[in-house]
Amino acid sequence: MTATAPLLEARGLAKWYGDRLGCRDVSFDIREGEVLAVVGESGSGKSTLLSMLSGRLAPSAGSVVYRLRDGSTRDLADLSEAERRHLFRTDWGFVHQDARDGLRMGVSAGGNVGERLMAVGARHYGEIRAKAADWLDRVEIDVSRIDEKPTAFSGGMRQRLQIARNLVTAPRLVFMDEPTGGLDVSVQARLLDLLRRLVADMGLAVVVVTHDLAVARLLSDRIMVMRGGRVIEAGLTDRVLDDPREAYTQLLVASILQP
Amino acid sequence: MTAPIAPTQGYAFAYLDEQTKRMIRRAILKAVAIPGHQVPFASRDMPMPYGWGTGGIQVTAAILGPSDVLKVIDQGADDTTNAVSIRAFFRKTAGVATTTRTAEATVIQTRHRIPETPLRAGQTLVYQVPIPEPLRFLEPRETETRVMHALADYGLMHVKLYEDIAEHGHIAKTYAYPVRVEGRYVMDPSPIPKFDNPKMHMSPALQLFGAGREKRIYALPPFTKVESLDFDDHPFEPTRFDAPCALCGATDGYLDEVVTDDRGGRMFVCSDTDHCETRREAGHRGALLAAEDPAGGATARPEIAEDLP
Ligand SMILES: Nc1ncnc2c1ncn2[C@@H]1O[C@H](COP(=O)(O)OP(=O)(O)OP(=O)(O)O)[C@@H](O)[C@H]1O
Ligand SMILES: [Mg+2]
Ligand SMILES: [Zn+2]
Repeated sequence: MTATAPLLEARGLAKWYGDRLGCRDVSFDIREGEVLAVVGESGSGKSTLLSMLSGRLAPSAGSVVYRLRDGSTRDLADLSEAERRHLFRTDWGFVHQDARDGLRMGVSAGGNVGERLMAVGARHYGEIRAKAADWLDRVEIDVSRIDEKPTAFSGGMRQRLQIARNLVTAPRLVFMDEPTGGLDVSVQARLLDLLRRLVADMGLAVVVVTHDLAVARLLSDRIMVMRGGRVIEAGLTDRVLDDPREAYTQLLVASILQP
Repeated sequence: MTAPIAPTQGYAFAYLDEQTKRMIRRAILKAVAIPGHQVPFASRDMPMPYGWGTGGIQVTAAILGPSDVLKVIDQGADDTTNAVSIRAFFRKTAGVATTTRTAEATVIQTRHRIPETPLRAGQTLVYQVPIPEPLRFLEPRETETRVMHALADYGLMHVKLYEDIAEHGHIAKTYAYPVRVEGRYVMDPSPIPKFDNPKMHMSPALQLFGAGREKRIYALPPFTKVESLDFDDHPFEPTRFDAPCALCGATDGYLDEVVTDDRGGRMFVCSDTDHCETRREAGHRGALLAAEDPAGGATARPEIAEDLP
């Protein structure tokens, strides 16, 4: 695994909103197929970091370098808008906490899943529909509901639809911001199970932001603990959760992982 | 055809002052240079409401010369209130000759139709456009639609067509059917029936589109490639009609359904009144007229008399 070059490299990332700190001094690598969880309390800078990693927010300092499918590496800051959009529709995914931010609520489930395909030039209705149906099936949505709009779906189904919509182009890297937030516990468990399977089957690299250590435990290989805009502890997930070194992480683990 | 007359005193030629016309011509030139691209212009208030096609009227005013022959149609007809008023407006302010005959006209202003008589080089078709942005109903943010045009990022148009097929089994859009111009810009052809879409493709005439309320001009220079968007397995199909025109028997034109009585009686007739009349003058008879007048014979064409006092 360490033999291959990183898929994404973050170096010295910082974001200031005026004189309020978003986050600072964040550096790490992600390799293909690796899942990184970013955990921390509200306001610790998780979403800010995710926005910079995905090129949606320009850093105040530092850089994000991504290795494209052709093997060349590019600083996200140097990508043109057209390249950025293309990357977002092919090699990347973004799963929002609120499915309404990641879906077109006025478009059918099939159209939502097919959008990326059409955006990159698919022009055969039958093939687009067949692919959409296949993906609905893979995220456990009954294919008979392909022509329904997400407004008719439950929270868990919307989230699974959002995942299908992102994965249809077989991306290599997916960003997730609290993908299970706001869902019932049983619905969360089912979604996590599905995510875990898809990540393994497709060999996805994932950066998942969560304040739920159980999500981090179940999904991630590595974990980064943030507090007040800085990374205070990072390492293999099992090591950090079983043997936290920082006092704050110990507190976090103790408060959340009560038996 | 009515002969040219002296324009009414007190107006600039064709109503707009020279400076405004130059500004509009610059926008037109830019639009012609970038086929299908919407060019903003400083739309002026005209002495009529927006719904009357003030965008088209300003474009016509900017290109009209004293020797032009003007035709104005609304849904294919020369004699609707809208068409009559616009023709009278230019008759009064520019004194230009007017006609109902497509073949005689040098400038044709239209709302919702392209004439059936094929246009030729030297003619200009001016469309009245209510909503110029084809992406509007998919993406309401103007900042975003501008970027989408700039990057030719048009996947969303196909999402709309996908939804149509998913819901109706075929692409149900019959008016304002979106087109791709020279393989680059996606354009709204204004609310013409999709029946007319193929006429835009490689037309020898200049086609100009004016949107007054939205302050946009766009254009198709002569011999521009215009393709209607579709899917490989659901190709674009122009509307077809089962019956010929009840008046002239035409089978090649766009037909309107006309209710003939209050007992559900109806017939189909050419929407292009000039096309229908020209055919009848040549002796063609549809089912209705053949029944009334089996011997045939030319019907008198109504003269247009609309010079204002
Ligand atoms: N657009 C913004 N303008 C100003 N300050 C912001 C903005 N976005 C975030 N911040 C600030 O940056 C800090 C980090 O916020 P961020 O949203 O990244 O935290 P978070 O870890 O995602 O929190 P949560 O768990 O509540 O989503 C906070 O102090 C926040 O108030
Ligand atoms: Mg957040
Ligand atoms: Zn007819």
